[in-house]
Amino acid sequence: MRIPEAKDPVAALRTALPEAVLYAKDFRGETTIVVHPQHLVAALQFLRDTPGLVYNFLSDISSVDYYPEPPTEQRPERFAVSYHLLSMLYKRRIRVKVFVAEDEPEVDSITSLWPAANWLEREIYDMMGIRFRGHPDLRRVLLAEDWDGHPLRRDYPLGYEQVQFSFNVEEIIKHKPLAEE
Amino acid sequence: MAIAEHEQGVRRWEGDLESLRGLVSERAFTGETMLLNMGPHHPSTHGVLRLLLELDGEEIVTCLPDVGFLHTGIEKTIESKPYEKGVVLTDRMDYLSPMSNNMAFCSAIEKLVDLDVPERAQRIRVIVLELSRIASHLVWLGTHALDMGAMSVFLYAFRERERILAMFESISGQRMMGSYIRPGGVWRDLTPEFFDMLDAFLGFFPARVDDYEKLLTKNPIWLDRTQGVGVVEPEVALAWGMTGPSLRGSGVNWDIRKAEPYSGYEQYDFEVPLGEHGDVYDRYLVRIREMRESVRIIQQALKGLPKKGEFRSNNRKFVPPPRSELGRSMEAVIHHFKLWTEGFSGPDEEVYVAIESPRGEIGCYLHGTGGNKPRRVHFKTPSFMHVSALPILSEGHLIADLVAIIGSVDIVLGDCDR
Repeated sequence: MRIPEAKDPVAALRTALPEAVLYAKDFRGETTIVVHPQHLVAALQFLRDTPGLVYNFLSDISSVDYYPEPPTEQRPERFAVSYHLLSMLYKRRIRVKVFVAEDEPEVDSITSLWPAANWLEREIYDMMGIRFRGHPDLRRVLLAEDWDGHPLRRDYPLGYEQVQFSFNVEEIIKHKPLAEE
Repeated sequence: MAIAEHEQGVRRWEGDLESLRGLVSERAFTGETMLLNMGPHHPSTHGVLRLLLELDGEEIVTCLPDVGFLHTGIEKTIESKPYEKGVVLTDRMDYLSPMSNNMAFCSAIEKLVDLDVPERAQRIRVIVLELSRIASHLVWLGTHALDMGAMSVFLYAFRERERILAMFESISGQRMMGSYIRPGGVWRDLTPEFFDMLDAFLGFFPARVDDYEKLLTKNPIWLDRTQGVGVVEPEVALAWGMTGPSLRGSGVNWDIRKAEPYSGYEQYDFEVPLGEHGDVYDRYLVRIREMRESVRIIQQALKGLPKKGEFRSNNRKFVPPPRSELGRSMEAVIHHFKLWTEGFSGPDEEVYVAIESPRGEIGCYLHGTGGNKPRRVHFKTPSFMHVSALPILSEGHLIADLVAIIGSVDIVLGDCDR
């Protein structure tokens, strides 16, 4: 069986779904494609099923919180979710990234494409508070069901034992359970 | 959710059954099937894994894994520390092969800040990574066989593992949590005792693997318990994100050491053992053969180990100078001070690095801020994916086979919960 020649994922996606790609960048040999949240599932399905791309394996889904930095053109929203895909045939990886708004952190679930996304999405919901539309079982996975807040957000305090310096003393005292006067 | 109560000597389910609607079958609500808690204190769950099982007789209808008992917020804690200080936390994730976690995190840092690793350091890394692969597989072999009633293998496997831990102690000062791999290389050079111990180990270990195989590979009880149990089709394994020996047991030829070589793995001649049927037995054979291949890799790495050379990068912007330089060079003192107070800075960019740990692909997603601390660290751990695939592997099997299946995918709950 002849293996079709590898295609450039960015160019292929731009041609097939021009409205989906916001921008693409390279860093240390890793390609990141930032896509519009509305077209996320279509873009991932295209990358998975197109001959010459065949990103058949979902390596990881991770999330990042850009708080407290203000939105920029490159980073239009507070949260981002990164999907790390792997093509075992062409031995290469790609990162597909979506930005998620702070007031309504929700993206489409990709459990229909890869069942492996089930727990990875649950973990992000648990840790970052981003909800996944159409997820079959969106419960907390690592923390207790009645846990308050989402600890991997950047504005979630690390704990009460943080070392005090003049630059962070106010922030620390704010979260300390001190006796009321 | 699930609180049991004594009532005339009968333990009753007191939890809110409604909260399980949609997760277990409808038959559980009529009492036709039984709900049973397995773990978190069950010895064959390899740590603190709780499985809520719905049973029809002895057959598993639904399996709901519940994890998080070992969650220690490692990712959050690393965000508050300079890059190098995070290394020590990564040891605590997969506590059976801490070196692999060190390697994943350090590789991510090296990629983020573009730091080169000297040839000798890469070879040392390969030696310790393969040793920890053997050590981890030995624990797996011992506990897996113990679960299935073959008790003596456990003692033999742990005897050999102790030799490896003694080697780790001689190079890093710790048996297990060595934090030996550091950004830019390794912490210290290999010691002469280490070479002596390693030579002795490489001499006797292949015969010891033969001994394990004599006890198990053709043992009729072992074959009965493992062959045809927990069969995973390759497509299913890939869709559920399984990696490592658990994936190769299904016959998928994917090993990151071969496919995307890191730390100079492309220079070594080794086989990637593959299974055919994807059952518990094939996963057992794959790991046994991997131990033999690891011995071959270590022998080659030792042969090619440069006599002289750096064990850690000389780039003083990222790697602190050795103690001996501090008395002679003012520059070294400045670098020492800067690196141990502030640490180095990484760009405001993101990288993802995956390496082949004994359990599968361990990936590290690292996002810098431009400062000395990462914005986000995320570890994609093989155990997390394998626990999430447990329902697919076990549903329809007998509860006794579940023990074999859990053992065969080799989960470590510290790795899963982080």
